Amino acid sequence: MEYFFQQLINGLTLGAIYGLIAIGYTMVYGIIGMINFAHGEIYMIGAFISVISFVVLGTAGITWVPLALFIVLIMAILFTSIYGWTIERLAYRPLRGSFRLAPLISAIGMSIFLQNYVQLLQGARRKTIPPVIQGGFQLTEGGAFSVNLSYLQVVIILLTVALMAAFTFVITRTSLGRQQRACEQDKLMAGLVGVNVDRTISLTFVMGAALAAVAGVMVTLYYGVIDFYIGFLAGVKAFTAAVLGGIGSLPGAMLGGIMIGLIEAMWSGYFATSYKDVAAFTILVLVLIFRPSGLLGRPEVEKV
Amino acid sequence: MTSIASNKVASEPGPALGAILREAALTALVAFLLTLPLVGLRTVESGGSVSLRTDFTSVALAVGLVFLGRIGMILNREGYPVPVLAVAIVIAVGATFTPLPGSLAYVVILAGSLVLGLQALLAIRRSRSTLSLQERDQRMDQIGAKVQQIAWYVGPILVAFAIALPMLPFADRGLLGVAILVMTYIMLGWGLNIIVGLAGLLDLGYVAFYAVGAYSYALLAQWFDFSFWLCLPLAGLFAAFAGLLLGYPVLRLRGDYFAIVTLGFGEIIRIVLLNWADVTGGPNGISGIPRPSFFGLPFDRSPDEGVTSFHQFFGLDYDATHRVIFLYYLILALALLVNLISMRLRKLPLGRAWEALREDDIACQALGINRTNMKLAAFMISASFGGLAGSFFATYQGFISPESFSFIESAIILAIVVLGGMGSQLGIVIAALLLIGLPEFFRGLEEYRMLAFGLSMVLIMVWRPRGLLAHREPSLLFSKYADRLRAGKPAGGAQ
Repeated sequence: MEYFFQQLINGLTLGAIYGLIAIGYTMVYGIIGMINFAHGEIYMIGAFISVISFVVLGTAGITWVPLALFIVLIMAILFTSIYGWTIERLAYRPLRGSFRLAPLISAIGMSIFLQNYVQLLQGARRKTIPPVIQGGFQLTEGGAFSVNLSYLQVVIILLTVALMAAFTFVITRTSLGRQQRACEQDKLMAGLVGVNVDRTISLTFVMGAALAAVAGVMVTLYYGVIDFYIGFLAGVKAFTAAVLGGIGSLPGAMLGGIMIGLIEAMWSGYFATSYKDVAAFTILVLVLIFRPSGLLGRPEVEKV
Repeated sequence: MTSIASNKVASEPGPALGAILREAALTALVAFLLTLPLVGLRTVESGGSVSLRTDFTSVALAVGLVFLGRIGMILNREGYPVPVLAVAIVIAVGATFTPLPGSLAYVVILAGSLVLGLQALLAIRRSRSTLSLQERDQRMDQIGAKVQQIAWYVGPILVAFAIALPMLPFADRGLLGVAILVMTYIMLGWGLNIIVGLAGLLDLGYVAFYAVGAYSYALLAQWFDFSFWLCLPLAGLFAAFAGLLLGYPVLRLRGDYFAIVTLGFGEIIRIVLLNWADVTGGPNGISGIPRPSFFGLPFDRSPDEGVTSFHQFFGLDYDATHRVIFLYYLILALALLVNLISMRLRKLPLGRAWEALREDDIACQALGINRTNMKLAAFMISASFGGLAGSFFATYQGFISPESFSFIESAIILAIVVLGGMGSQLGIVIAALLLIGLPEFFRGLEEYRMLAFGLSMVLIMVWRPRGLLAHREPSLLFSKYADRLRAGKPAGGAQ
């Protein structure tokens, strides 16, 4: 039972990270109906920028953890958002209104490009940083197996909850959120009533990239090891999460992320670790076949 | 990005310098922010910890180039192309003779000035610096139609050249190796073209069938001692069966979902190959895969007792190139077979149905075409071609491991199909020559290969979303439209 709780905690942490990435997929899909295949790469860039920021801060002598963490988050969000914005501007915007698969192919090209770009510049070897936040609570005393909740896991989960709250506020209460929802329903009509559609779509990419950057920082802290290839698998899993929760739905993305995280943790806890990636892919296939609209999504009506 | 209104007030003399500088500076700022962390600060591993090496020269260079380039683009747009053209030529010539950090800088500068120069030329000829998507499409359609026409003459010439290649004096083992590689990708491209180009389904997991073919030959040869010639059709069958199994559940999914699910299947097969070590050898793969024989005559220098080898049978001196030449002809024959079958299929009701499905799924359903069966047929045929190519790959390499069947391989094959122009057989040959053949001769630039790959995929999509030589000539035409279409003009509602 203790083992189960430990896997539950680990799964929730992992799920929070997947959920943050999944929001980027779901928002972009909701607003322009494309799978942003390069989103995993955005997350990878976020992780790299956070490693670089940590090293810079270490050289500068800033070692007070809360401050360092705050600066790293800001840096990662700032620079990664610029990447998100630029990618949309260069690779997707010219293709708006083109045939359906063109943006997806362009996104795949972008993903290959970014992977090799980072590999060329930063090297193919893994980057390791020493643990920044150490220690934790021991939840159960005695027994054969003790359940641990590290401070890092607490930080990750709290940060995710805070971001989700802020995000929900932006989408439901602010004028930007209203514009986004308007564009999602009907871009032409939204444009006619004075919404700057291009700007709204750009901002959607920026927001998605910012959340992916936070996920990148978290994964750097959590595992301490990153390489240029982490974006692919995380991207596919987060996309699975978005589809599982119902693509286009924000709470769905978070729910899907947590479910994928839990399934993965339980799978590696009770079955073979080597097949844990198969689990994610299998769920993706099964959900798409049996419930393409996901858990919280609206079924799509096919129109001529 | 703020943009200057292109319809300036007529009385205003010259370009609005302030506005141009502001726009260019904003672009340069974005370039600065993009390059600062990843280009300017390089992580270096030293003894388990990460330290930084700074490279601000590259950042400055990138920012400067982006600034100049943006100014050039604005001037082109605002109607001052002549100075831009002059400056672009000066910079291109100047950069060739200046020492720069890294060969990439030359490529970027030359490509940038080329683009600006072309834009300026265009602006001099017409009054605008860019073509709209429709104009581009029309232009490229004309080119595509011309290519389609000359394909009738060029195709046989290319085939004749391909047959004659091993006999040409400059054809050594190295060149033949490259030719075999290119030919394998052409075959894969033609195979995938049936799904992507004809049926219009984006398959991101084509490499799964390639893997099924390769592993079925390797395993059958290893465990049951089957010969290559028996395994080849079996590999095709197994791959087609895999296509049936994977295809049946997913074919009713829409375009991009379909793409992601096929990607998932591709990865599942790779992970299973990697982890099912008892059968597949896991990450170590399978080595010692038997080489094919020339209808029973092996290509060994000293064959086993009682076996006549190829050179003994024909009374030739032993030459290791014989095997390579034979393998080359083998893949050539396989590729041509795939080409022939797909060309014939296009003329069958099946092929017509695929192209109709690609254009409009729902209309086809309304006309009573069985969508699932048609797509499943495309999937299985395409998969079996992938399987054939896979078993050739296994016998050519003599060694296979899951590493050869990663997602990037699917992406490369897809890039060949997409860049060549979906549905165009000749386009795939050209794309395979460019993407696979060319890098083999520029081994020094190997590390930039995938970078260029991704970039060209994006650029071609932006320039022409249907692929460079895509020319969607309707298979059947009313005669009054046919002539106009052949001439490359849009034919009203016929398309």
